[in-house]
Amino acid sequence: MRKLIGILLIGGFAFYLITVGMGLFSAESRSELDSVGSEILATSPDLSGAANTVTAVVVQYRGFDTLGEVTVLFASALGVSMLAMAIRDGLLQDLFDDDGGFVLQAGSLALLPFIVLVGIYIVLHGHLSPGGGFPGGVIIATAVFVVILTSKTLSIPRGLINVLETLAGLGFLAIGFVGLYSPAQSFLANILPKGEFGSLLSAGFIPVIYAIVAIKVASELINIISKLTAAGSASREAAE
Amino acid sequence: MTVPQILYVSAFLLILIGLYSLLTQRNMIRMIIGLNIADLGVNLFLVTIGFVDNGSAPIFRAQAAAGPMVDPVPQALVLTSIVIGFGVTALALTLVMRLFVTHGSIDTARIRGLKW
Repeated sequence: MRKLIGILLIGGFAFYLITVGMGLFSAESRSELDSVGSEILATSPDLSGAANTVTAVVVQYRGFDTLGEVTVLFASALGVSMLAMAIRDGLLQDLFDDDGGFVLQAGSLALLPFIVLVGIYIVLHGHLSPGGGFPGGVIIATAVFVVILTSKTLSIPRGLINVLETLAGLGFLAIGFVGLYSPAQSFLANILPKGEFGSLLSAGFIPVIYAIVAIKVASELINIISKLTAAGSASREAAE
Repeated sequence: MTVPQILYVSAFLLILIGLYSLLTQRNMIRMIIGLNIADLGVNLFLVTIGFVDNGSAPIFRAQAAAGPMVDPVPQALVLTSIVIGFGVTALALTLVMRLFVTHGSIDTARIRGLKW
């Protein structure tokens, strides 16, 4: 019965998608962009100074949306923290009965600086190549995640991470307000020099914002991961 | 079939597969996986909208590549979409953990008040 209702609902939705998508599907393959895309591609190098146009769209054209995006991520991390705080019931206990053993622990600690280095590289080259604050922050958090997976005794400096997260959020807002009181008089306006196009120190405030976003994303992810795994390890200690 | 047509069909199929598993699965972890598959389909659809024939990545280089560049706006939107998808998944998994603690099961049929 359940499957039948599911198939019927999905069939109806598929019919809707087919009727809507018919125009897209039957259209000739496009050889040129519509007005918004071509306009951004034409003005982006002069306006933002970033070689990577996607980064220019995310930070320069839609910087305010990116602030909202970071806020959504913060709300999600907050919800995970509050919900995981109440879990003390031996739920992930089996997962944490074994630590990884010496080889995995030493290996993960040896890997940590290299993974962080790759993350920092991706963050700093966000305006030149694919990457930027969001993927780079995730990679930095992954380094800590590998260590958490192998050793159950690792204690994460929660206070330091929370301070970093708060400072990064406030820094993003501070850059926005600096733009508001600069000659450009708009929120998140660029006041830094654009530099030589295509070099590492270019694109004005885009690398600065992406560094802040990376700190915020990394600290939020480390927070989420440590909260979720602490639900298991705390219960383990309580059981002993 | 051209490349965008194949990608549109794949995106629609991914969305339908994800929604189907969301509707029919009783295990909540599988429902979250279904949600992620549908999310993936939407991302693929958005990126495909910005595709142009023989388009290259919208990054300006010293040696300019021949041909047009693809639309950067949908790609920036997909970046946002991926981040929001991550937030939703993390929150959903935590809710499932809470549900397991309070009800002892993640099967919707076994939890009173969630059966349909």
